[in-house]
Amino acid sequence: MLRFVLRRFFETFPVILAAVTLTFFLIRLAPGGPFTDEKSYPEEALRQLHRHYGLDAPLLVQYARYLGQALRGDLGPSLKYPNRTVAEIIAEGFPVSLELGLWALLYAVVIGLAAGLAAALRPQRWTDHAVMAAAMVGICLPSFVLGPLLVLLFALRLPLFNAAGWLTAGDRLLPAVSLGAAYAAYIARLTRGSMLEVLPQDYIRTARAKGVGPLRLLAVHALRNALPPVVSFLGPAAAGLITGSFVVETVFHIPGLGRMFVAAAFNRDYWLLLGLVVFYAALIVLFNTLVDLLLAWLDPRVRTAR
Amino acid sequence: MKTRCAWPFVPCLAAAILAAGCARRETPVAAGDREQVLHLGNLSEPKDLDPHQVTGVTEFNILAALLEGLVAEDPADLHPVPGAAERWSVSADGRAYTFFLRADGRWSNGDPVTAADFVFSFRRILSPRLGSPYAYMLYGLTNARAYHRGELDDFARVGAEALDERTLRLTLEAPIPYFLPLLTHPSWFPVHPPTILAAGPIDAVGAKWTAPGRFVGNGPFVLSAWEPGSRITVVKSPTYWDRAAVRLNAIHFYPIGDHQIEENAFRAGQLHVTGTVPIDRLDYYRRAAPELLRLAPYLGTYYYLLNVNRPPLNDVRVRRALALAIDREQLVRRVTRAGEDPAWNFTPPGAGGYAARARLQGDLPTARRLLAEAGFTDGRGFPRLQLLYNTSEGHERIAQAVQQMWKTHLGVDIELVNMEWKVYLAQTQEGKYDLARAGWIADYADPATFLNLWVTGGGNNRAGWSNPEYDRLIAAADRTADPAARFELFQQAEEILMAEAPIIPIYFYRSKSLVRPSVQGWLPNPLDHHPYKQVYLKPAAQP
Repeated sequence: MLRFVLRRFFETFPVILAAVTLTFFLIRLAPGGPFTDEKSYPEEALRQLHRHYGLDAPLLVQYARYLGQALRGDLGPSLKYPNRTVAEIIAEGFPVSLELGLWALLYAVVIGLAAGLAAALRPQRWTDHAVMAAAMVGICLPSFVLGPLLVLLFALRLPLFNAAGWLTAGDRLLPAVSLGAAYAAYIARLTRGSMLEVLPQDYIRTARAKGVGPLRLLAVHALRNALPPVVSFLGPAAAGLITGSFVVETVFHIPGLGRMFVAAAFNRDYWLLLGLVVFYAALIVLFNTLVDLLLAWLDPRVRTAR
Repeated sequence: MKTRCAWPFVPCLAAAILAAGCARRETPVAAGDREQVLHLGNLSEPKDLDPHQVTGVTEFNILAALLEGLVAEDPADLHPVPGAAERWSVSADGRAYTFFLRADGRWSNGDPVTAADFVFSFRRILSPRLGSPYAYMLYGLTNARAYHRGELDDFARVGAEALDERTLRLTLEAPIPYFLPLLTHPSWFPVHPPTILAAGPIDAVGAKWTAPGRFVGNGPFVLSAWEPGSRITVVKSPTYWDRAAVRLNAIHFYPIGDHQIEENAFRAGQLHVTGTVPIDRLDYYRRAAPELLRLAPYLGTYYYLLNVNRPPLNDVRVRRALALAIDREQLVRRVTRAGEDPAWNFTPPGAGGYAARARLQGDLPTARRLLAEAGFTDGRGFPRLQLLYNTSEGHERIAQAVQQMWKTHLGVDIELVNMEWKVYLAQTQEGKYDLARAGWIADYADPATFLNLWVTGGGNNRAGWSNPEYDRLIAAADRTADPAARFELFQQAEEILMAEAPIIPIYFYRSKSLVRPSVQGWLPNPLDHHPYKQVYLKPAAQP
């Protein structure tokens, strides 16, 4: 187990380095710079700023300097927001994206599992058809449609929630539903599919014959074996959910990292963009590793195969 | 086995939604009305709150609450009223201003506001190493330019001197008729020296003194919270000299960049005032809720840049033909729709009492004749030029309308090209375009802020245009103290500008906002400034 974790750790480095290198040089190809503004900066001011931020050095020197700094854990200052460092911006934005993602994940898992179970227990009946139809709509409806629709219904028509913002407890619900809906739908389909595979198997019949109660049968015997596909989906899903969604964060005016990432590219905020790439790359690798570990715990066959 | 386990989730969830929703019975606006807390839409996240480092309207809106210059603005017509200085005197030659600071002027930490603080602030913004984008706003002071360029090391020779603790003398290279209004610009705001120096040297870039808890200001409000990307909160200052007149207890600024989402927030009762109004909603508000919609003339011009270094745009006849073939009345009525005034010259009316005499001369037949004279009868042989604009629905609609008008009236076919904001800026700054959309907003209420743009080699002269007579007139205006003679020089310069047409003015901006009826003292003015100390909230009478 330890060897597995260590190997993953060392495999991660080249991936992150490649991502950083690509980003570093690609963003420099884009016309315009961090200080390109509607009202031109006077030349002296521009020269001072370039000198201050080390942007006057040759590109390769800047690259080497950046790698050196980043290895020491210093991601540098933001060029757009001079009074904040990249690390501070991540520390402010990530908890927001994380919280939103966790609420969305909770919604996706609870609704997805429940709906998938309901459908699987009575296949080809109206419950099944209704759940699967809803799931199809959920998958097809992108969050930039669902979000504004929820705002229209539950913030403007029925004045139950704020239309935008991330200030009160109530502000969590609509964004979480918008973000989690497609995942819930997908989980529902996966759960139904693998439950339908598991339920007719002999050991379920044996367990029932031994007198195992219906709830225990479902939760312990059937669900545990039906879960692995759902769990392997959850890894990337969780990573996708907590790294922040540009769309949902924009529609609900949420100060998360997803919005920041897109803005950093548009603002040519080089250091912020690179810092976020490093952070995201590390996060996604971490999540995939966690899922592998979880799968090994759920399914002994995976463990012995290693 | 029968299942009864999934369905209870549905009513549970519904109940949770209702419970969460009903727990909030009062909207932020209603609570704000009761508690004198103003909720403002402020369009984008401020870059910083250092008055010597920022350039945007967003930042200025917040700084106006936190800091106060020597003079302040009257909320109705923006004429200078006493601010940090309770009175001032001007020498006979108009070159020396003496400001007498008020005895009860206090920083938010209780320190007195002194003349030396102002001198320190001017020294800071002019420090070469600070790289302040707006340092040139102070170039009117004697030797300020030389100091900023590093040609002069001794700040004592710059025209800013503290005669005693509460007397400040500013000396100008030449009289500036709009000097007092200029002082209301944030680049002239004071900063608190001990706070700056605690964060680093006087000219440190990115010094972290602007965080809540550290920011020390002399304005009617103090910075209480900065939740990046979410909101900024300022609360009434207990040390401000005129605190008795301040009626608001707090202001929240929300950086909501998407206009539709900002409008949603307004409708949901989260904002008292929006930063703008989506174009598509203008007609709705005119019809259904005109009392909420505020449209006012705004000192800004929407125009097209012509690259005068590229044929055929190097031919003034072609430029004038294009300029004359735009039906501006149609454009403002059908496309922009906020009641904008069509622009036949560059400087908007009302810039410090200046009303331009210059007009683009001629009509459609003139345009066709000019184009024919340039060798493109009915547009035959006219190259396919590109019109560049930054990606935005509003710019696109205007460009499409203009494209159509040029096609119909002149037989000229142009191509529309939209680019992401920074690419668009880089292309126009480097002169890599044929035609490009542009806009200019006044820094202060005087024609200089518009006409200085087009001098040869000016940092924002992106048309690449140059005219010695124009340069001479603008330079002469700079040295002229007599307001009438000075305006006459501007009039002549603008006539040259319109005759040469390196730019095509299209319309004059309007400020657009939605304002709740409870907001009082929010007066329309051409810079869209709203001094917060006169603003208050009057809840609607309960039925």
